[in-house]
Amino acid sequence: MSSDTRFIDFKSDKQPTWCPGCGDFGTMNGMMKALANTGNDPDNTFVVAGIGCSGKIGTYMHSYALHGVHGRALPVGTGVKIANPELEVMVAGGDGDGYSIGAGHFVHAVRRNVDMTYIVMDNRIYGLTKGQFSPTSREDFETSTSPDGTNQQPINPLALALASGGTFIAQSFSSDSQRHAEIVQEAIEHDGFGFVNVYSPCVTFNDVDTYDYFRDTIVDVGDEDFEHDRTDYDAAKELILDRNKEYQGVIYQNESSVGYEKREGVEAPMTEIPEGAPEDAMDLVREFY
Amino acid sequence: MPEDLNWAVGGEAGDGIDSTGKIFAQALSRAGRHVFTSKDFASRIRGGYTAYKVRTSVDRVESVVDRLDILIALTQRTVDENLDELHEDSIIIYDGERSMMSDFEAPGEMTGLDVPLKRLAEDAGGAIMRNIVALGAACSVSGFKIEYLDESLEKRFGDKGEAIVENNKTAARLGAEHVEEEYDLTTSYELETTDNDYVLLNGDEAIGMGALVAGCRFYAGYPITPATDVMEYLKGRIENYGGIVVQAEDELSAINMALGAARAGARSMTATSGPGIDLMTETFGLVATSETPLVICNVMRSGPSTGMPTKQEQGDLEGMLYGGHGEIPRFVLAPTTIAECFHRTIEAFNLAEKYQIPVYLTGDLALAVTEQTFSPEEFDMDSVEIDRGKVVDESDIDEWQNEKGQFKPHAVTDDGVSPRSLPGTEGGAHMSTGLEHDELGRRTEDTEMRVEQVDKRERKVETAREQEDWDYREFGDAEADTLVVSWGSNEGAMREAMTILAEKDIDVRFISVPYIFPRPDLTEEIEAAEETIVVECNATGQFADLVEHDALTRVKRINKYNGVRFKADELAEEVNAALGEPAEMEARQ
Repeated sequence: MSSDTRFIDFKSDKQPTWCPGCGDFGTMNGMMKALANTGNDPDNTFVVAGIGCSGKIGTYMHSYALHGVHGRALPVGTGVKIANPELEVMVAGGDGDGYSIGAGHFVHAVRRNVDMTYIVMDNRIYGLTKGQFSPTSREDFETSTSPDGTNQQPINPLALALASGGTFIAQSFSSDSQRHAEIVQEAIEHDGFGFVNVYSPCVTFNDVDTYDYFRDTIVDVGDEDFEHDRTDYDAAKELILDRNKEYQGVIYQNESSVGYEKREGVEAPMTEIPEGAPEDAMDLVREFY
Repeated sequence: MPEDLNWAVGGEAGDGIDSTGKIFAQALSRAGRHVFTSKDFASRIRGGYTAYKVRTSVDRVESVVDRLDILIALTQRTVDENLDELHEDSIIIYDGERSMMSDFEAPGEMTGLDVPLKRLAEDAGGAIMRNIVALGAACSVSGFKIEYLDESLEKRFGDKGEAIVENNKTAARLGAEHVEEEYDLTTSYELETTDNDYVLLNGDEAIGMGALVAGCRFYAGYPITPATDVMEYLKGRIENYGGIVVQAEDELSAINMALGAARAGARSMTATSGPGIDLMTETFGLVATSETPLVICNVMRSGPSTGMPTKQEQGDLEGMLYGGHGEIPRFVLAPTTIAECFHRTIEAFNLAEKYQIPVYLTGDLALAVTEQTFSPEEFDMDSVEIDRGKVVDESDIDEWQNEKGQFKPHAVTDDGVSPRSLPGTEGGAHMSTGLEHDELGRRTEDTEMRVEQVDKRERKVETAREQEDWDYREFGDAEADTLVVSWGSNEGAMREAMTILAEKDIDVRFISVPYIFPRPDLTEEIEAAEETIVVECNATGQFADLVEHDALTRVKRINKYNGVRFKADELAEEVNAALGEPAEMEARQ
């Protein structure tokens, strides 16, 4: 790990194909800044990406990375981190990847609490497939597959995380680049599953959850005037269940959290093995006497 | 046929049948006798019918047969379920004081021994020991010194304290004494003992042990019959080597966790059965395309869908060969015995890393829940070699970087194998993806690069085909007119069937195939024989189809798919019958 890494070192030479103005640019920049600020470098960082516009992030960043199958990014990150706890593992995906096809893994990743960071680029729409509703779309949201609205409640990802025993639950807005980077940095520094739902507007297919909408409505729970105690579970619950407002900041943190891999006693990378059978191998056989 | 005794204990699920049978099997093993066990069990926690069967001989036994000599029957159904295997000299031990057995009468000429199991157990200290009383009675009937049970009881109950162990020893003696005092048996056995040391283990345990010895450090899985024993074996042991077992939320997650760990540089594995394989197939193509070394163990059971979850079948062969969309390079290994499960597991890890490819390691229920005795020497640790393939480090990574200093994880090479840089290696940062990609691992739809990458991945298989041994195991007379071919767990039954056939002057050359893909080409062997019969536990003859395809000929087939493994005597009859079939029957039935 070198301390002089700059965020630009995490940028690959591949130009993003995201639409101009896409919220994902800001989301990614904040992730790169946070990685650099926490003393990481590309050679000790592993980014796992899902499928969708957000899934392309692995290509645009420079680090070790895997772009996997749809919805399974969290299990991959879990395996990477446990097998080598010295790596900084960051999992990124969209609201479809994380809360629809990957919802089951999300709940279990939260409760398992492996020390990694999960960034959900939430634009409340399916962008790459050109504009269908997503699990976070509003009930009256009209799209090509919901001409009369979705007729379904949007999922509340933060509530899902809290109910699953989440130890770090945060939300940010990609356009507020400084706060976004700060929040991601805190998620990285958290010992456990650092979850950040990032409002990352789609400028092409979502004309409801726009930059203007978030700018006008978002409330920063980190503001001194707001007086939110992130370690207060009940206060966090109240904010999270309030669906009439959009919040950013670290809403809940369990400061005594310890990552799963540490609790399981994993101390070192699992990469080194003997060149033959282990010395005590015959003991394994003798157990069957 | 070895001079053998066939013994069973049966009752309802929840009656402690498994542990009772295991105690007896271990005692026989400690007495230097060979043991081969099998289980009849259902997918339920309580009730129904379940049995643990033990075949034992001083000679090696590696199959079940259609004969039962001594049966401890805790329920009437245990007797009913085994009527076909019982014979006029069979002895049935039961507790006539148990309400459901109060009207029991041994069928036909069989001998019924009414032993008050519960009452004697209470005399020894608790009704819970009634099965141990029955074991004592069985020792008496089989002429097996009860002292051999003691060591087995100590192993089973040692952690519960000396008093419990002593009570159990007493319970066993009360059972034995009851039989000796109350009955003057006309049929009895005299079980010889030897000084040989044997270990007793099942196929799942052999796979787990192979994984540990191979350096597997990460296991993720979701419990499923009959693969769960792999996970349970590793849990509590892998940690001693710095590894971990993670119980995932489902098989989709399990394979992705294992994939992640493999990309991080750990030797990694998951194990499941058919329904889990279906889910894992989603990620299988990603494993192959991202060129990630991964061992996926499929302990087959009867399908399709939920099928018969506790029954034997070899029905997933085509699924493993062809499962997944697109064209996916892979290896498929199918160990043929419990000891082979150990050796092929180690090989699977080496192949996975040498060729950066997914490897199916397939067992089946018959291997998984069967325990068999082996000499410890069969698990030769000195010959174990670990080959991690083309892992590069800081000293040679620049050879695999482009002019911009970017590492090429999918470099196009002559042998198809690219360098592998484990995360943390300086200068080795790279991405990989399920998308078609260039040498850097970045998405491409360039027509030339697409062809180069597909060819490169296929070239790994061709390299492996040339460089590795994909040999079959051979038994019997190589000049025999009759060639029998099988794969996977049928080897033991067929080897014993050969002995039975030899008594009828039918000589057989038997080829047992542990490699499904790549696999040995049997064209010459088939041409040298007058008759070829392919034996397997499925309805459609999936391996026979492959053999016919390879050799461009027709073969005879013996297929069993009623959920029960082949038995040696039954298989001998089937082979005999197949040889008598007219020529027009040769075509697929």
